[in-house]
Amino acid sequence: MEFKDYYKVMGVARDATEAQIKQAYRKLARKYHPDVSKEPNAEARFKEVGEAYEVLKSPEKRAAYDRLGSGPRPGEDFRPPPDFGSGFEFAGAGPSGGGEDYSDFFESLFGRAGAGANRGRHHFDTGRGEDHHAKIMLDLEAALQGGSRSFTLRMPELDADGRLAMHERVLNVQIPKGILPGQTIRLAGQGSRPPQTAGQAAAPDGDLYIEVEFQPHPLYRIDGRDLYLDLPVAPWEAALGAGVKTPTPGGVVDLKIPAGSHAGTKLRLKGRGMPASPAGDFYVVLQIALPPASDEKTKAAYRALSEAMPFNPRASLGV
Amino acid sequence: MSLPDETYLTGEIFDERSALSVNDLTRMFAVDERRIVEWVEEGVISVIEVDGAHWRISGTQLRRARIALRLERDLGVNPAGVALVLELLEELERFRREHGRGRS
Repeated sequence: MEFKDYYKVMGVARDATEAQIKQAYRKLARKYHPDVSKEPNAEARFKEVGEAYEVLKSPEKRAAYDRLGSGPRPGEDFRPPPDFGSGFEFAGAGPSGGGEDYSDFFESLFGRAGAGANRGRHHFDTGRGEDHHAKIMLDLEAALQGGSRSFTLRMPELDADGRLAMHERVLNVQIPKGILPGQTIRLAGQGSRPPQTAGQAAAPDGDLYIEVEFQPHPLYRIDGRDLYLDLPVAPWEAALGAGVKTPTPGGVVDLKIPAGSHAGTKLRLKGRGMPASPAGDFYVVLQIALPPASDEKTKAAYRALSEAMPFNPRASLGV
Repeated sequence: MSLPDETYLTGEIFDERSALSVNDLTRMFAVDERRIVEWVEEGVISVIEVDGAHWRISGTQLRRARIALRLERDLGVNPAGVALVLELLEELERFRREHGRGRS
């Protein structure tokens, strides 16, 4: 198992004060929070930081962790000492920072229950099971075509002893054609089972809410229900007009480029966006691709063009 | 709760056509009504129909509510701060879309 240097993760000294640790956590959490961050691996980094903070903010856990020393040398395997944590009592503080998903290292030291079972949420005595929330990342193609997809969800659940355990399950979900990012799917009865009271009728299970987001697509951008594609065209295609081929989600189509188009010209293909109801549109945004003057012939063509027309691209700058 | 592998679940979609009540949201997010009212007052989520005392909330607002919950929990941002973050995020997304060849 890999030893985790929580001080290094947080970028603080081993003798950092509680205030310094909190400050470091806040700064890193803002940087890597999956809702605001576009950093690569933001989610993984955010979890790592949350886990480090979970240990370092608690005087008991931190003291126990400190007794491990600075860990094995790089590449060496780490095994927790058998007496780890003896003499410390870990209070079950609610997890911070998305940290329901801890590393093996953390769990070997503090157990899964170390994360604390108290979610700090308002409890409603409706008798019903708790609702759960999950997020899935869909490929655009899956949303365009619809159809069934399997997802593996990891959820913390309380076991019979009231301890928090990670529960993994596979869900097969029917993805409706034309689903859009930011929409929510509710799967009734797929949340928690309520605690059973002997002699009483079983209360209904909670629901599972799935937040849908899309993986970035190599060609298309999505805005609401519309799709955008940057389509490169040659300068003469834009100037003179042309028929070109363009990819669309429904397949390659022939597109007429009107004469006098320029970079940024938007062409709309009605109803060829997301197959929602009503369907979105597909926008082609023209980009002018400049042919390289790589040989004598093209250089001569460029020279002929410059002689043929007085063109000052900087006229609007007053020079 | 566990189902045979062959079973495909069909869910209910929440989008701009869904009209949720304050109660629906308190249940979904396990928060109390005061929190929902605060979110509405601070502009974290918007109300689509005020029919006397009855608020209806569009399914598109659920994403904002979820982000609010996470930012409050993870970063200690208050509802006014969340509203500001959401506005800036929207602006950033618009900017990326228009200028970014934004494949982020």
